[in-house]
Amino acid sequence: MNHEEPKTVGDTPGPRRLPLWVVAAAFLALAGFLALIAWGLRRAQQGPIVIGQEVPAFSVTTFDGEAYHTAEMRGKVIVLNFWASWCTPCEAEAAELEQAWQLYRERGDVVFLGVDYVDTEPEARAYLEKFAISYPNGPDLRTTISQLFRIRGVPETYIIDREGRLAYQKIGPFTSLSEIQAAVESVLN
Amino acid sequence: MDKSVWSNQKRRAVWAAGWVLLLLMAAAWGAVGQVSAQSEPPTDDDVNAVAKELYCPVCENIPLDVCGTQACAQWRDLIREKLAEGWTREQIEEYFALHYGDRVLAEPPRRGLNWLVYVLPLATLLVGGVIVAQTLRRTRRKPAAPAAAAAEVDPAADPYLAEIEKELRQRPE
Repeated sequence: MNHEEPKTVGDTPGPRRLPLWVVAAAFLALAGFLALIAWGLRRAQQGPIVIGQEVPAFSVTTFDGEAYHTAEMRGKVIVLNFWASWCTPCEAEAAELEQAWQLYRERGDVVFLGVDYVDTEPEARAYLEKFAISYPNGPDLRTTISQLFRIRGVPETYIIDREGRLAYQKIGPFTSLSEIQAAVESVLN
Repeated sequence: MDKSVWSNQKRRAVWAAGWVLLLLMAAAWGAVGQVSAQSEPPTDDDVNAVAKELYCPVCENIPLDVCGTQACAQWRDLIREKLAEGWTREQIEEYFALHYGDRVLAEPPRRGLNWLVYVLPLATLLVGGVIVAQTLRRTRRKPAAPAAAAAEVDPAADPYLAEIEKELRQRPE
């Protein structure tokens, strides 16, 4: 006799469940991804360096290959100017910046650094030659320095005090040599 | 000399000659390519083909090939210069990323955390597909269970059902 046990509802196999380790791994991956997004958002929403805040160390390598590390310049006032050869307003202050540099270069405790933002080297060199700029200038490689200061355009000038804190900022071009002098003096004194 | 040995030698010679001919042709092709790369100045189309894959940080969200600022014009000149020197598109893109950062590239380079951009959508699709497939399988299986259960219930064997049947039959029309 062909005997078959009657099937009941309770005997049907239930839905297959994912192994516990898969669920745990999925949650971990999700948490990691969310943490990554949070970190990115926090970094993106960080504002610019404010007056009085310590400026993180950075380096500028000039077009001639000479490296300037701000970490090694403690005790000196750094005048950091962002510019570009394609920037017309930059031309308005170029000659005055060079004049100011000539005034302070003998002191030894004031350093002028030019950071060339998103530019091409031949045009940048031509610009430096045109305005006879003699203080160190170099490209903003991978735009790291401009991102550090979160610049909104060029020209912009930042003055870092002897303790490495941001002491002054100028958005847009300086209009005169006296304006540059007043800015530097306010940080020196 | 044995005929088969002679035939083998001939075959080897033909193969060797064939390989030499192919190598010579490849070398000639390479030389021609180099000559043409050096002699023909890059056209605007050549420049724009590279430029459209780049974005200038000054004019955000505008591809370099259609950007009208002086900065972008200088960048296009730089591309033209590099193409004239025989640089490939990849080399130029690498140069721009190195000098101006990865954000100038239309496509993020496949390294570091950037891999997430390429891997996550695929992984999400894959996981989503698995979930959908499992859900579909489950919903297909579910309706079969009550049907099977209903088929297995014999009303005659159930005294309760038999009582209901009886009462229904006795009810006046």
